[in-house]
Amino acid sequence: MNDTTLCEQEAQREEQTPPPVKKGKFKLYVEKGFLSYDFMMLPGMLFLLIFNIIPMYGLIIAFQDFIPSKGLFEQEWVGFQNFVDLFDRPETWGVIGNTFKIAILKIIFTFPVPIIFALLMNEVRVLGLKKGIQTVVYLPNFISWVIMAGIILDMFSLENGVVNNVLGWFGIGPIEFLGETKYFVPLLIYTEIWKSFGWGSIIYLASLSAVDPTLYESCVIDGARRWKQTLAVTLPAMVPIITLSAVLKLGDVLNAGFDQIFNLYNENVMDGADIIDTFTYRLFKDEYAWSQSTLIGLIKSVVSMVFILTGWGLARKLTNYSVF
Amino acid sequence: MIEHRVKGTEPALWASILIYIVVILMALFCILPLINILAVSFNAKQSADMVFLWPRDWSFESYKIMLSRDELFTSLWVSVKRVVLGVVINTILTVLTAYPLSRDGRVYKTRKFYVGILVFCMLFNGGMVPTIILVTVWLNLGNTVWALVLPGAVPIFNVILVMNFMRQMPKEIEEAAWMDGATSFKTLLYVVIPLSVPVIATVMMFSFVAHWNDWFSGLLYMTDVAKYPFQTYIQSTITAPDISNMIDLENYANVSDKTIKAAQTIVGLIPMIIVYPFVQKYFASGITLGAVKG
Repeated sequence: MNDTTLCEQEAQREEQTPPPVKKGKFKLYVEKGFLSYDFMMLPGMLFLLIFNIIPMYGLIIAFQDFIPSKGLFEQEWVGFQNFVDLFDRPETWGVIGNTFKIAILKIIFTFPVPIIFALLMNEVRVLGLKKGIQTVVYLPNFISWVIMAGIILDMFSLENGVVNNVLGWFGIGPIEFLGETKYFVPLLIYTEIWKSFGWGSIIYLASLSAVDPTLYESCVIDGARRWKQTLAVTLPAMVPIITLSAVLKLGDVLNAGFDQIFNLYNENVMDGADIIDTFTYRLFKDEYAWSQSTLIGLIKSVVSMVFILTGWGLARKLTNYSVF
Repeated sequence: MIEHRVKGTEPALWASILIYIVVILMALFCILPLINILAVSFNAKQSADMVFLWPRDWSFESYKIMLSRDELFTSLWVSVKRVVLGVVINTILTVLTAYPLSRDGRVYKTRKFYVGILVFCMLFNGGMVPTIILVTVWLNLGNTVWALVLPGAVPIFNVILVMNFMRQMPKEIEEAAWMDGATSFKTLLYVVIPLSVPVIATVMMFSFVAHWNDWFSGLLYMTDVAKYPFQTYIQSTITAPDISNMIDLENYANVSDKTIKAAQTIVGLIPMIIVYPFVQKYFASGITLGAVKG
């Protein structure tokens, strides 16, 4: 200990070295470039605020007796009356049932197809053929449901449709694919597979190409044939991505496919093919029941959210995946 | 070219043959309907009973009639405008949003707040009617191209893809730029974006497809039929039985409504087919690197 006081030591030190600039938190934030990050985020956030968040305020019309000619703030409040009216409609429960039914059937039947396709493609060794097939099967994913519907309506029509013509050669039909629920719902699933399976296989193919080839080599040494190798190496390598896709599919249990159904359905299959989204649109467009339309949209939104969050939660737990 | 693999890792011959047959059938299952519609569109009316993969009587009448309609060109022009504006706006906003989000949240604390907003917008929305009120009444954008472009200006799915891609870039590259005194904007512009070409090409393709294919917002926001984008116009003619088309048809003995619809379908397909090969090479790296989190 020398006899200078602490205070003097401090003073000396300050003379020797210039005092470290006491930076405010804000200055540090700027220096690290964080403020520029905020600037980059600004435009996107503004758009989300205007076009995604502000309309949420408009959900109040679900609790009003909305008359389009009056402003949003001059409407009459009716509380839960729209709720009562909506569920008094004869079609409402049917629509909800159809939505679940079609969406769940679609998930069950469309889910395995890309996985099987990826497993098969993994065995295709002729590179030109492999590429050609991939190009072709990805394509339908990029075609709009409007165009797809144009093709489907033509192919499956009762008069001169290709499908009915071909079936005719075998003495079957003609079948009214577009006019009866029992054919229409399978048609929805079939065309959904057509549009989505190729593109859906990309992630599985990617997971397969990431498999370490030495694993297969050791299988060969052990004398395992290809089928055994598939069970021992290929499938286990796909398990994480299959699990992830499966749980994320939970978010789709209320998405029966608006674009597809809206462009394909007609009066005859209304009972079995009308879903929440098409119902929402018709309430708005044909009946001017804006409040009820908003209400059923809101209900769907809330229920969907629960399913999506469950899916995300499971994904995090099972595969350590997080969305952001 | 045959992919080289270790001997003993190929299936038995009969299994191989079976596999090749199945995948080729699956590919045909995807492409045959498109070839069929192409054949139908070139078929003359008299033989419109059954066309499989080749027209029975070649005829370009349906294309002539289709091209003689002004609606086709006005709607195509609306679509071109919205695709150009939409892709530019989407891409700029996607990159600007994705880059800050790819930063480490433990250091860049504000990230959490932005993620919260994005997740909220992914999970929940105001729904159809409130959005229509916002766009057409409050912002008065009805019947303009902006109604087709602005509501979906930030495609959140694309943001996630680009963000994950940027995350997997080696940190050293950016640190080097930082050491050289580059600002965040400069780092983004001169270092990060050039390295993100695969994923940016992929999301641009997605935006292009989304804008070209979207028909529903045209139906929602356009009260004037002359302002319909192409897909909405097609939607109104293909899926709705159009009486005006029928009357029109009586003047043209050599075509049927069926073949005109087929011709329109083909026109709707063409831009997709043109752009597709250019971006396809980026899919593998763009998607896989973007989707898997490091």
